[in-house]
Amino acid sequence: MQTKNLIPVNEFCVHHHVEFSFISSLQECGLIEVERKQDSVFIVAEQLPELEKYVRLHYDLAINLEGIEAIAHLLHRMNNISHDMLVLKNRLRIYETDEL
Amino acid sequence: MAFIDYYKVLGIEKNATDEDIKKAYRKLARKLHPDLNPNDKEAHTKFQQVNEANEVLSDPEKRTKYDKYGKDWQHGEEYEKARQAQGSRPQQGAGGSQFSESYDGGDFSDFFASMFGGSGGGRSGGRQAKFRGEDYNAELHLHLKDAYHTHQQTLAVNGKNIRITIPAGIENGQVIKLKGHGGKGINGGPDGDLYITFQIAADTQFKRMGNDIYTTAELDLYTAVLGGEITIDTLSGKVKLKVKPETQNGTKTRLKDKGFPVYKKEGQHGDLYITYTVKIPTDLTEKQKELFRELLKLSS
Repeated sequence: MQTKNLIPVNEFCVHHHVEFSFISSLQECGLIEVERKQDSVFIVAEQLPELEKYVRLHYDLAINLEGIEAIAHLLHRMNNISHDMLVLKNRLRIYETDEL
Repeated sequence: MAFIDYYKVLGIEKNATDEDIKKAYRKLARKLHPDLNPNDKEAHTKFQQVNEANEVLSDPEKRTKYDKYGKDWQHGEEYEKARQAQGSRPQQGAGGSQFSESYDGGDFSDFFASMFGGSGGGRSGGRQAKFRGEDYNAELHLHLKDAYHTHQQTLAVNGKNIRITIPAGIENGQVIKLKGHGGKGINGGPDGDLYITFQIAADTQFKRMGNDIYTTAELDLYTAVLGGEITIDTLSGKVKLKVKPETQNGTKTRLKDKGFPVYKKEGQHGDLYITYTVKIPTDLTEKQKELFRELLKLSS
């Protein structure tokens, strides 16, 4: 059976000094997913780096939720483009070394 | 060690107010923050400079010292003595804005260390700014055959051995991040990350294009003409192949799912493409030559 590492949102909020409503807003706009078990709300541990990034953008750079959404979208696109560029560079490398 | 003009770094005048400093810092931080510039070393370096400038100029005590002794920072000690003689003490509750607290400050310059001692932080009012440790970058060279299998490798980074699992199918130039394996955080800030760039050497026998592999196989003339069976090397071992009669030189064949593993998708593979090169026999005996001449007569 697959196991998941879950982090209670309450604990995350206390540790990072963020409001619960901020996490809810991120979840509502689809930037993160939360899991509800009994009366508690959790985030999956794999999402932690992304969530911490959104916290930094909001609390350190004072970027609002709409801004974070736009940034997340653009970073995702940038990531895809970087990957495509890497694949194309590697393809080019084949022709630069020698003919098949 | 060169003098750093923190006002220039933030693009503000010497008589800038706290609000001007905050605004200038925020503007530059939004432009250069590492979260918004992943894998951009130049932006990262500039961000550190901006962070350092803010650390000094947003703290009234540091700013006063910098303004007074900036260009002659070696005299910082005299300033300290004079300040102590006057019985002054650090201001409480003033200074830097809170939003710099968790920034990725990394190391501060030698100039900063010389003037203010140690690294960043030391914010007045009992608060200490936390700074993320420096990110490290490393290169790992692999052979194509190594990248074919998921395997573990031990790396020595700054005297520490780190054991990492390299997933099969990793690309040349791909970067993976090992969270928390960079420099130590400052004032309880998180440790930096380690970025490993994989350099996969080109292989003479197998060419990789995405998840597909290309290779060549020699066919002797007789197998090419009459058909038969050959054994070829693949990255996963030897494979027997049936060759159709009258196979032409340069014919390509595809072996499905015998290519490179798809990164982090267990059980999925690309294809293997084989190009046949027909080898013309050499050092023929007189008898063989005679038979070829007969063949020629038959076909003309």
